Amino acid sequence: MEVIATRPKSLTKLPFTYCPGCQHGVAHRLIAESIDELGMQNNMTGVAPVGCSVFAYKFFDFDMAEAAHGRAPAVATGMKRARPEMHVFTYQGDGDLAAIGTAEIVHAANRGEKISVFFVNNAIYGMTGGQMAPTTLPGMKTSTSPYGRNVDDIGYPIRMCELLATLVAPYYIERVSLLSPQEIIKAKKAVLKALTYNKEGKGFTFIEFVSTCPTNWGVDPVKSRDWARENMLPFFKAGVYRDKGEGVE
Amino acid sequence: MAKILMKGNEAVAEAAIRAGCRLYFAYPITPQSELIEYMAKMMPKVGGTFIQAESEVAAINMVYGAGGAGKRVMTSSSSPGISLKQEGISYIAGAQIPAVIINVQRGGPGLGDIQPGQADYFQAVKGGGHGDYHLIVLAPSSVQEFADMAADAFDLADKYRNPVLILGDGMLGQMMEPVEFKHAKTDEEIAKLGLQHKDWCIFPKKDENDRHHHEINSLELDPSVLEKHVLNIYSKYAEIEKKEIRYEQYNVSPDNEVLCVSFGTASRIVKSAIDDLKAKGKSVGLIRPITLWPYPYEQIAQAIGPRVKKVYVLELNMGQMIDDVKVAVCGKVPVEFYGRVGGIVFTPAEVEQKLEESF
Repeated sequence: MEVIATRPKSLTKLPFTYCPGCQHGVAHRLIAESIDELGMQNNMTGVAPVGCSVFAYKFFDFDMAEAAHGRAPAVATGMKRARPEMHVFTYQGDGDLAAIGTAEIVHAANRGEKISVFFVNNAIYGMTGGQMAPTTLPGMKTSTSPYGRNVDDIGYPIRMCELLATLVAPYYIERVSLLSPQEIIKAKKAVLKALTYNKEGKGFTFIEFVSTCPTNWGVDPVKSRDWARENMLPFFKAGVYRDKGEGVE
Repeated sequence: MAKILMKGNEAVAEAAIRAGCRLYFAYPITPQSELIEYMAKMMPKVGGTFIQAESEVAAINMVYGAGGAGKRVMTSSSSPGISLKQEGISYIAGAQIPAVIINVQRGGPGLGDIQPGQADYFQAVKGGGHGDYHLIVLAPSSVQEFADMAADAFDLADKYRNPVLILGDGMLGQMMEPVEFKHAKTDEEIAKLGLQHKDWCIFPKKDENDRHHHEINSLELDPSVLEKHVLNIYSKYAEIEKKEIRYEQYNVSPDNEVLCVSFGTASRIVKSAIDDLKAKGKSVGLIRPITLWPYPYEQIAQAIGPRVKKVYVLELNMGQMIDDVKVAVCGKVPVEFYGRVGGIVFTPAEVEQKLEESF
């Protein structure tokens, strides 16, 4: 029998502990496949966040550090500066990266740290049980915005790609979505590009994955993709916000 | 090597570089500015990394990353900044990462002022961050000792995989004294340090079958496993308590009628007062804890001579180390306290007068 797909070497044998319909597993796989394809595994290291993907250090099969909430870009900075021969990435959710860790991500990007950041945006705090995130959409109900996100009271969602694209240093910034096989194939290309730039030491690379959280949205996995397409993508527009390698400034 | 006249802040920075520190992350704060400035100037000259971080929080997390990658790394700050670092310090202790942290203490609480103080004793010794952990805490009392402690701190941190805090103060940071530096480690010596005893850290694999992947981590959701982890850390602490207690005795004798306990800058002033009282025929001894954790409880108890009427604790705070002295003395004799705060440093005459009242 011909093997046409197998578990990437860069993932351990541990089964993912994510909810049914969650897209962390897809994002993990895209990163692991790309690392394998680029032959980076032996020199690879990552930083896991606090949030649903807190156990990412158990799922990736290379050295990993677990960071305090929001601090992954600072930890990655220390690791990369200590061992420039290693390829470093962070994997972060929206609460981690765009709320408690806003300073760390902005300044790591502004320094042009030669790391990759993989940012999973599903507009909600998953692990703590569905609280409002910095990327929760206007009017969207969560356990801490039970009447819907009131923008007069708490402001609008933060668009991280657009925010980071105001900085001069970042080398590559792209927002992709994980809502269909076609979009996942496109996302893979972005991940591969970010890690290629990482391997070449080009500079700071940032990929945002627009994804879903069926469990905490209270929507089944298939409908959650439709919901994200109708509600998230108009606000969080997919696209290349910076690509110095392709002349997109 | 000839002695050089230097500020404590610069001397400890130079000594850290000589001890093999090639990564330094910090945020500016008075009265430790000369330390970060010295590192900014010198690190590029020795092929090291200096980053002025966006915050104290980021700086200590950069330390977590670099220490996790197995390299000698340091940060420094002053009291309010050290408070901000406490989250990271707890994680560093939990993940058992070697690191050196310097606190050039100032007056508090809150913003306080920028004059010397010792009011961060509780924070340093009893744990400023969450959870069960200890820092190894070293308290210098001169610029020379401040510098010597840098190498000692890195060695202790590596040996025990534990963060080490050097608890200085604004006086030691700003004061100039002659200092003689130890051997500067060569690049070859530093390269060896990198992986010596550090087979747990993050570093490149030779090939995919080289070894199992390493995790730098303080998370464990299984209570029985977490308990075992904490007990392991505490067995390490028991060894540190057995082997690493450091202290100085000054004029301790069976003739002592008063025994003083004082650390850091305050202890130097107490020594002057003891000398003056000696000239008047009054015998006062001093125990100066050099390690504030592990603490010399037994050594203090043993120093209480037959004629000692009182143990006097002298600190530049409202009475923090006195709690540990009381544990050491265990009710054998009365324990009294004298301290000044707000950045005011007591004078030898002031201390002499207080001690004289005990005779």
